[in-house]
Amino acid sequence: METLALPTVRDEDWRYADFAALEGLAPEAFGVWQDITLAPGETRLKALVLGGAGPELHRIRLTLGEGARAELFAANLGDDYTRVEVEVRLAQGAHFEFGGVTIGGGVATREFVTRVIHAEPEATSHQVIRAVHWGTATGNFLGRIEVARDAQKTDAAQDFKGLILERGASTNAKPELEIFADDVKCAHGAAIGQLDETARFYMAARGIPPETARKLLVRAFIADAFVALGDKAEHDRLLEAALGVLGDAA
Amino acid sequence: MPAAKDPMLQIDNLHATVGGTPILDGLSLTVNAGEVHAIMGPNGAGKSTLAYVLGGRPGYDVTAGSVRFAGEDLLALDPHERAAAGLFLGFQYPVEIPGVSGMQFLREALNAQRKTHGQEPLSGGDFLKLAREKAALLRMDAEMLKRPVNVGFSGGEKKRFEMVQMGILDPGFAVLDETDSGLDIDALRIVGDGINAIMRQKAGGPDKGVLLITHYQRLLDYVRPDVVHVLSKGRIVKSGGPELAHLLEEQGYEAVAA
Ligand SMILES: Nc1ncnc2c1ncn2[C@@H]1O[C@H](COP(=O)(O)OP(=O)(O)O)[C@@H](O)[C@H]1O
Ligand SMILES: [Mg+2]
Repeated sequence: METLALPTVRDEDWRYADFAALEGLAPEAFGVWQDITLAPGETRLKALVLGGAGPELHRIRLTLGEGARAELFAANLGDDYTRVEVEVRLAQGAHFEFGGVTIGGGVATREFVTRVIHAEPEATSHQVIRAVHWGTATGNFLGRIEVARDAQKTDAAQDFKGLILERGASTNAKPELEIFADDVKCAHGAAIGQLDETARFYMAARGIPPETARKLLVRAFIADAFVALGDKAEHDRLLEAALGVLGDAA
Repeated sequence: MPAAKDPMLQIDNLHATVGGTPILDGLSLTVNAGEVHAIMGPNGAGKSTLAYVLGGRPGYDVTAGSVRFAGEDLLALDPHERAAAGLFLGFQYPVEIPGVSGMQFLREALNAQRKTHGQEPLSGGDFLKLAREKAALLRMDAEMLKRPVNVGFSGGEKKRFEMVQMGILDPGFAVLDETDSGLDIDALRIVGDGINAIMRQKAGGPDKGVLLITHYQRLLDYVRPDVVHVLSKGRIVKSGGPELAHLLEEQGYEAVAA
């Protein structure tokens, strides 16, 4: 049985969390992990729309056998603190695909925290995270990649981009790489920006109203996170859910 | 007997600043329905500034003067409302929009304009037909409209695509900012023919007008202007007939506009 040590602001993985909101959660909530094991060669897809009216903590632990493939996509759009934590352990030749979007306004913090463990050689992981915020909301991505000593030919990539729609909103990205093998590829990128004013004027000059222009640009921005989601119905469900909350943006 | 012409675009004593710097300095100009006016002038004269001010670009502020368009106060309208009112701005530097396809962009634009006029949105099939027709008019492969707006287009392709957009949106008035730059000889003719096909009065069709901003006289061989203006230091310093363009080409701006 796991002993429950409640997180504190000194824990690296919790540094951007909203501790006031966390007080609304029962202590037991912190020990709950959803454990999923993929057999060698198995492929599994999970597409989630997460976030409600109160604080939420979602913790998923994936263990992938040799050559297995896990695809996880999530739209994180709660009205309150919503944290999605994913821990992945990859055996030889396994692949982890992750696409995540945090989107929303208000005052809430929404975050993805991933820990991808390349335990054996030739495993690959690919993570694309997009954050779109307004009001005084915050979107975070804390991505840790661990490459074990003999996990040669690891290929791990993570890409984060934040889009701030209003002054006052913010995003944080914290990549963390722990690499103990020498023949590995680890790519990570993080960028934060605002809507392209020139593109907005170009659209307006063609008759597209500002709200529609913003929606088209935000759709293009977050679409990156879901391009690898091959199931069209699930793809559209996540994209529309994410764009659905844009309606109340200023 | 020719009917009395109505002014379509009436610019009076326009002063404008860009990022706080005065650029337009008392510019006046009237384009009547059915007319094509050319504006020529040296680099930095304020030609693009005029185009952006007419389009309502943020950061381009009118400090004095007025602009009436089809009887309305143009400057009181938001940029997208100006487009819906029938004003088309052909960009000197068309903008790339990654992740938004040309089809999606133009369909949103056309349907937004139609909505303003109380018209039903065009169906996907009807829109595709229209887009193909206008792409063909400009000899552009309609497949290119499926790509993200202007992304990876050559300079010439971007200018042709501007004219495809104009064809699809079918405006009453076009301000074309150096649409001829970046075009080779063949493309220049295709674009010139395209402008005539889209913007010249058709029998029984609505009144149209064009303000053609250009550096060179060569586009004017295809799109014959009724009036040529010379813009220098933010104001019109000389106006004349098509022969003025030739004179400018031969003698240069300084000699002609002095
Ligand atoms: N964003 C800007 N901020 C300040 N000055 C500008 C800006 N854009 C253009 N200008 C200046 O305004 C003047 C007119 O520019 P522009 O209208 O582009 O000229 P043209 O199109 O005739 O070559 C130039 O002196 C240019 O340097
Ligand atoms: Mg210019």
